[in-house]
Amino acid sequence: MPEAQVPASQGSIMDREGLQALLDVLTSRGFGVVGPRVRDEAVVYEPIRNVADLPEGWTDRQDGGRYRLERREDRALFGYAVGPHSWKQFLFPSRQRLWQARRTETGLEFLEEPSRDERWAFLGVRACELCAIAIQDRVFLGGVHRDRSYAERRQRVFVVAVQCAEPSGTCFCVSMQAGPKATCGFDLALTELLHAGSHRFLVEAGSRVGQEVLAAIPHRPANEDERRAAEKVTALAAARMGRTLETRGIRELLQSHPEHPRWEEVASRCLSCGNCTMVCPTCFCSTVEDHSDLSGKHTERMRLWDSCFTLGFSYLHGGSVRKEIRSRYRQWMTHKLSTWFDQFGSSGCVGCGRCITWCPVGIDITEEARAMRSSLPEETAHV
Amino acid sequence: MRDPDPFVPRLFRVEEARRENADTTTLGLVPSHGEIPSFLPGQFFMLYAFGVAEIPVSVSGLSGTGRLLHTIRAVGAGSRALCRLRPGDFLGARGPYGSAWPLDRAEGDDLLLIAGGLGAAPIRSALLRALAERERYGRVVFLYGARGPTELLFRPELEGWQRRPDLEVQVTVDHAPPSWRGSVGVVPERIGHARFSPAHTTAFVCGPEVMMRFTASALLAAGVSSERIFLSMERNMKCALALCGRCQFGPAFVCREGPIFRYDRIARLLFLREI
Ligand SMILES: Cc1cc2nc3c(=O)[nH]c(=O)nc-3n(C[C@H](O)[C@H](O)[C@H](O)COP(=O)(O)OP(=O)(O)OC[C@H]3O[C@@H](n4cnc5c(N)ncnc54)[C@H](O)[C@@H]3O)c2cc1C
Ligand code: SF4
Ligand code: SF4
Ligand code: FES
Repeated sequence: MPEAQVPASQGSIMDREGLQALLDVLTSRGFGVVGPRVRDEAVVYEPIRNVADLPEGWTDRQDGGRYRLERREDRALFGYAVGPHSWKQFLFPSRQRLWQARRTETGLEFLEEPSRDERWAFLGVRACELCAIAIQDRVFLGGVHRDRSYAERRQRVFVVAVQCAEPSGTCFCVSMQAGPKATCGFDLALTELLHAGSHRFLVEAGSRVGQEVLAAIPHRPANEDERRAAEKVTALAAARMGRTLETRGIRELLQSHPEHPRWEEVASRCLSCGNCTMVCPTCFCSTVEDHSDLSGKHTERMRLWDSCFTLGFSYLHGGSVRKEIRSRYRQWMTHKLSTWFDQFGSSGCVGCGRCITWCPVGIDITEEARAMRSSLPEETAHV
Repeated sequence: MRDPDPFVPRLFRVEEARRENADTTTLGLVPSHGEIPSFLPGQFFMLYAFGVAEIPVSVSGLSGTGRLLHTIRAVGAGSRALCRLRPGDFLGARGPYGSAWPLDRAEGDDLLLIAGGLGAAPIRSALLRALAERERYGRVVFLYGARGPTELLFRPELEGWQRRPDLEVQVTVDHAPPSWRGSVGVVPERIGHARFSPAHTTAFVCGPEVMMRFTASALLAAGVSSERIFLSMERNMKCALALCGRCQFGPAFVCREGPIFRYDRIARLLFLREI
């Protein structure tokens, strides 16, 4: 985890071999490196060892309910936006043992989870994903009760950010002030520079460990042209957002219109499948289960990702609170864009677009927000 | 040094299991090691039945007695397993969690404690505290509604309370056999028959959500301020740590800001469907 910020570096330049050296240095320092690679026709985050594992020459096309990989003209290694995975699956695993219990001669015994020394290095973290991690940090570590397993994993993570060059058709990080340029929260940040046959990376260190790691790989100081070229990458990306979301007054807008007819309308399309919550890098809801062995003497307490779109989520004796899909979609979207502020002091949405892309029927949070706003008189819409 | 893991329960032993009625049991629990952390009326613990489930249950007794008292109605797997426990059995417990009945704030006021069904459990702890420091309050009134006479909780104690000169108790049931000499009807109706001065009254209400809505409306109609009415809300809970997201009620986590809420702060949500 990046500690105290270090003075902004002027930027260094490394080439493709430098990137391989970075992977090697991280591995030799005991990190398991996870990064993007192509699997089942999508860019996913998995362990990687070599630069050759990265999705070289691939880009993605995304729209509501659509995701497709396409070949690029060049050999870019990071020439796509985000896929169905997010870093949350490493910091907050979809399935995790919380503790175990055992019957003993004299009663019962609870066994805590031992601390694990897995250390992840995340390669290719986008600006919106840094924001999503910061949001989950507030959820899991910012309250009275801290999630110890999250804290232990998080503490040891080394973050290599990559500045976005190719926002997808569903990206709207600019609206959410979450990208496309990563400015903090990383140990190292790379900007991929592809120009007339040359393939280089501008590297910035964001922490002391980042500086140490950078010192161990071949690099040279960046010149003025290279710095300007790097600036241009994110500036161009910012100008090519696939979507926008007007955030002015959105918090009040949603909380003050729980009976808006649009909730009914979106519910008629929503399948309540929960895909949006699974792919969302900030959604944190979970359930627990007891898994007992056949002897009945031992049980494991498991925590699993859950979704506010399931009927069981709001179950109380006598029936679920949110029986209708209308109430469940309202809960989800109001939480993301509105009540999250009350709870954690920020929006729960970073504009990564995953929920739009991976919704089987292409429901679009930006479109829903727009529809709700436009159906209301100006003053109410802009509270 | 590692931080403590807030998910791991502590081991408790059942010291007493008292049958309250056909489906409800009060458990007296003592910790296997160490002390019981101090808690306040209205707060709750997460009780874990080995291999079955962990569920939120309010305290029905007082802090500092050397044991935890919980009154549990068997409605599903978890609560049924807890109700089956016998003296000497073990279970897990962690807590206390959540907000408390604001007894200190109510000092000097008439105190109206209103319970429907199982709501009598969390109300009992407030009542015990009020009776233990009786001089701090004006009139103390306990209004209690149950489906039938055989479903009343804390029966021996209830008779004792009914005889106290410094406490007004009104019990009402939905259905009664001819032998029942108390009143028949719903709790909110009893408010008009109780003696309290509305301008100086604090009311604590716990029961099914519909009952709380009607009761709150009746209290407002009687002139009690919406800032002095407190309700105990229920939502699905898996963690009680504000980490699992399940207990959301509008912007609030019931496990953290609740379960006790001031009426005027949740009135809008309370009348929304499926929130
Ligand atoms: C703050 C608070 C205080 C409470 N105090 C008390 C008290 O003092 N006494 C008392 O008796 N009760 C109390 N309750 C209620 C008590 O917690 C519930 O009755 C209990 O959780 C029910 O659990 P169960 O396993 O017995 O029942 P079930 O109804 O079987 O539920 C068990 C769990 O399984 C899941 N589940 C069950 N059925 C389904 C389904 N169809 N679909 C999906 N999921 C399902 C639910 O997530 C549920 O949490 C309190 C609740 C809260 C929130
Ligand atoms: S709500 Fe949608 S766009 Fe926003 S962070 Fe979650 S998945 Fe990304
Ligand atoms: S909005 Fe789309 S992805 Fe989310 S639950 Fe509804 S159908 Fe599934
Ligand atoms: S019970 Fe998990 S957040 Fe409240």
